[in-house]
Amino acid sequence: MERVLDPLTRKPSVWRERSETIAFLVMVAALVVAPFVTYPLFLMQAMCFALFACAFNLLIGYVGLLSFGHALYFGWASYLAAYSAKAWGFPPELAILTGTATAAVCGLVAGALAIRRQGIYFAMITLALAQMMYFFAVQAKFTGGEDGIQSVPRGYLFGVINLHNELALYVVVLVIFLAGFLFIYRIIHSPFGEVLKAIRENETRAISLGYKTERYKLTAFVLSATLAGVAGSTKALVVQIASLTDVNWPMSGEVVLMSLVGGLGTIFGPVVGSFVILIMQYKLAFLGEWVLVIQGVIFVACVLLFRRGLIGELARWLRIKL
Amino acid sequence: MRKTLGLAALAAALVCGAANAQQINVKIGVLTDMASLYADDTGIGSVAAAKLAAQDFMKDHANFKVDVISADHQNKADIGTQIVNQWIDVEHVDMIADVPNSGVALAVSEVVKQKNKVFVASGPASSDLTGPKCSPNTVHWTYDTWMLANGTGKAIVKNGGDTWFFLTSDYAFGHALERDTMAVVKANGGKVLGAVRHPINTSDFSSFLLQAQASKAKIIGLANAGGDTINAIKQGAEFGIVAGGQKFAGLLIFAPDVAALGLKTAQGLQFTETFYWDLNDGTRAWTKRWDKERNAAGKLPSMNMAGVYAGTLHYLKAVAAIKSAADGKAVVAEMKKLPTDDALFGKGSVRVDGRVLHPAYLFEVKKPEESKYPGDLYHVRATIPANEAFRPLKDGNCPLASG
Amino acid sequence: MVEIFGIPSAALFGQLLIGLINGSFYALLSLGLAVIFGMLNIINFAHGAQYMLGAVAAYLLLQSTGLGYWPALIIAPIVVGAAGILIERFFLQWLYKLDHLYGLLLTFGLALILEGVARHHFGSAGLPYTLPDSLRGGRNLGFMFLPNYRLWVIVASLTVCLGTWFVIERTKFGSYLRAATENPTLVRAFGINVPRMITLTYGFGVALAAFAGVMAAPIYNVSPNMGSELIIVVFAVVVIGGMGSILGAIVTGFGLGVIEGLTKVFFPEASNTVIFVIMALVLLVRPAGLFGRRA
Repeated sequence: MERVLDPLTRKPSVWRERSETIAFLVMVAALVVAPFVTYPLFLMQAMCFALFACAFNLLIGYVGLLSFGHALYFGWASYLAAYSAKAWGFPPELAILTGTATAAVCGLVAGALAIRRQGIYFAMITLALAQMMYFFAVQAKFTGGEDGIQSVPRGYLFGVINLHNELALYVVVLVIFLAGFLFIYRIIHSPFGEVLKAIRENETRAISLGYKTERYKLTAFVLSATLAGVAGSTKALVVQIASLTDVNWPMSGEVVLMSLVGGLGTIFGPVVGSFVILIMQYKLAFLGEWVLVIQGVIFVACVLLFRRGLIGELARWLRIKL
Repeated sequence: MRKTLGLAALAAALVCGAANAQQINVKIGVLTDMASLYADDTGIGSVAAAKLAAQDFMKDHANFKVDVISADHQNKADIGTQIVNQWIDVEHVDMIADVPNSGVALAVSEVVKQKNKVFVASGPASSDLTGPKCSPNTVHWTYDTWMLANGTGKAIVKNGGDTWFFLTSDYAFGHALERDTMAVVKANGGKVLGAVRHPINTSDFSSFLLQAQASKAKIIGLANAGGDTINAIKQGAEFGIVAGGQKFAGLLIFAPDVAALGLKTAQGLQFTETFYWDLNDGTRAWTKRWDKERNAAGKLPSMNMAGVYAGTLHYLKAVAAIKSAADGKAVVAEMKKLPTDDALFGKGSVRVDGRVLHPAYLFEVKKPEESKYPGDLYHVRATIPANEAFRPLKDGNCPLASG
Repeated sequence: MVEIFGIPSAALFGQLLIGLINGSFYALLSLGLAVIFGMLNIINFAHGAQYMLGAVAAYLLLQSTGLGYWPALIIAPIVVGAAGILIERFFLQWLYKLDHLYGLLLTFGLALILEGVARHHFGSAGLPYTLPDSLRGGRNLGFMFLPNYRLWVIVASLTVCLGTWFVIERTKFGSYLRAATENPTLVRAFGINVPRMITLTYGFGVALAAFAGVMAAPIYNVSPNMGSELIIVVFAVVVIGGMGSILGAIVTGFGLGVIEGLTKVFFPEASNTVIFVIMALVLLVRPAGLFGRRA
């Protein structure tokens, strides 16, 4: 653990060292209090998307791979979780596991294909693979096509906790979100994570040091897909719907936007970004088609002027790590 | 002395009268598609229609305060249900109107049933809304797939179009439309020579049109909607389908689609709708007012928008009759008791399964030289009376019908 | 009648010809993308929106000035290409020093804006645009009826594609362009105005997209969504062909059109997915794409 010197006083600063822990505690506190001030259903949805964005950010921020088809894992996990809960009568914990496993398998197959290329080629391949699976979802019987899978039962978690009770559901979703978040944090701050960052900085040098970079990249890809799957499965239970929206490419674009706005390569960026974008979507829903135009403007503005995103700029301004 | 007493009595009567008519607040949420494929058929036009209905009603009922809010569901079931949940829980909305896109509508119908509010569906096409998925809180106005299949299919077969080839959109709505129309064609003595399924949002139909041409069927049934229908017809003109003696039957066509095709390409097209702005003086007068409310040049009201107006008006009448909007089931029960009557759809009724019965019309698109003014698009070829236009109650499998 | 796999041979040839015609459309569209990516290393996600703008420009030209199809074929690409040049000057030029992904994100945002504004002005159902009278009708080839317009599409696409390929790969100007991509500093040292070349190249790629849009207007529904439906398929074409290769884009475009056409006969529901399946297969065997030169 490196000593972080306060730039003004040149003395070691506990606050700056622990900036991430403090930010985490602030986030937890905010999320615990929030359901009493804001609409809980909205918050739960936002947490699912936040986890999705964090999973996406793992790839772009720490490995340097832009996956433009991440909706594949989110959406298909959502479908399988919804279908297993509704048609097979799985209890919620098994439904979420089913969805997550689906996402992991998809991630393995897609990753094996996409990892062969880098940069833009990688992005294009992930996009095209996601589109292929989208068309498959349109035609497959079990996905319900245009109608999607509706009235997904929330069930009883572990047979005891009634998830139709909003407060209980909120606590469960919060736990899942925090667990996923902490898991990502562990990945980043581990030897494995350091190798990933090395690959992002200079892959050739990492190879020359003896690391089998393909394997690391694939592992990171599968982890990212799996976590996106957790987010998708949970979302299916919260909203009780799994539909084509979840697998289509605008969804992939949205998660990119969330991470960009929040700050690529920061831990808290995707969380903040997803909340901001979702709030904007709901508050501005009455504007109809202008919502998409505004999203486009935000994309352009972020890329040109605001590349570090909200949390990135905040971190830079306060000179802390976030 | 008598005058003072008289005045006092009058004043007393007025006070009592005012005390009886308490303020009733009703909030209506128009959930619609403002940005993508249904935006021209519903969207802002539907909101304008709802606002007109609110204004008209409040003119005659001074004790009512009706608010209309709106949102875009972006054709996504989760956004739609999220908005409806929030509207009912937080904004105290009493009635949801419109909701094009059957997938979203089915989801919304569930939510409205759970929360005991009212859903007046004017936008969606699925006949399941008054069939297996019927609900005591939902009323389905304007049209459904059965009416479209029956109106268009029957009329065309009776007119001599007895061999059919189907171009079907490969998703639930397309399959339903194809299935219903095939049944009607066969029941009326026609033959189905073949069908081909195309992916939704196909831009190029040449390959499918070649197959349709090869089948030599007299009628090419288009079991699709929106851009797919427009593309199929546009390219059909290119390939000389109509010149070769075959005709297109559009199973779901709205006035904006005809405008997009242009009369030159669309002439002769036959289809069923339940409203046309130029049908009679009543519809014309309403369209003028709608146009002012809508406040955008060159737009035509569609049957969905007319359904939002008529449905909202009828809902408000029911609320006035039972003096409260709080219990959705009770309001809908009242809507089923009262006959419907408005300038747009004429006389009709709401059936026990939630299906609204009103007349339907077989329209044919005019030739360019027959069109005398902008918006003059259709001939009326036939009128289908209300009791024949929609699926019989016994065929619907609605649990409410048997109970 | 000879039957091949249960389909009469006449019908099969008809479908093959249709596939070739569609392929020429794919080739034309992916050509613009390939030019922009090959020369500038930018994924132009706004390509679909610019294709749509070409079609809309043709419609507007007809509505406001009465100029029909033939003048629109020349004017619309110039107008939209000029807009492309403005985009490059105002937005894209700041991103060349950064990771290429930012170019993708920026053009993605631009596509959202362009499509949203178009939807606001024109609605989403579509705008009417009909075949030019000189190209109406068709000829009966015996095995199918070939509309004259489709014949024109093949001829025009082939001409434009081969012309572009020739200019870039076989002329001096083209070689300057290719050199400028590989080593801009060195080429600048030779006194060649590299930034201006880059700007004009982007404008040209966008003009190609708009040209395809005008060609599409008489037969495809002119709506603000028309670009986003096609763009992903075109990306797949470019990936299969090899992202830096102009010839790859052209050949793959035609080839995939034919394959898609055959799929529509034997297995129509899958005609959407077949391109992506092929893309996955090609990537397994040849990660650089069929004609790709960068590994």
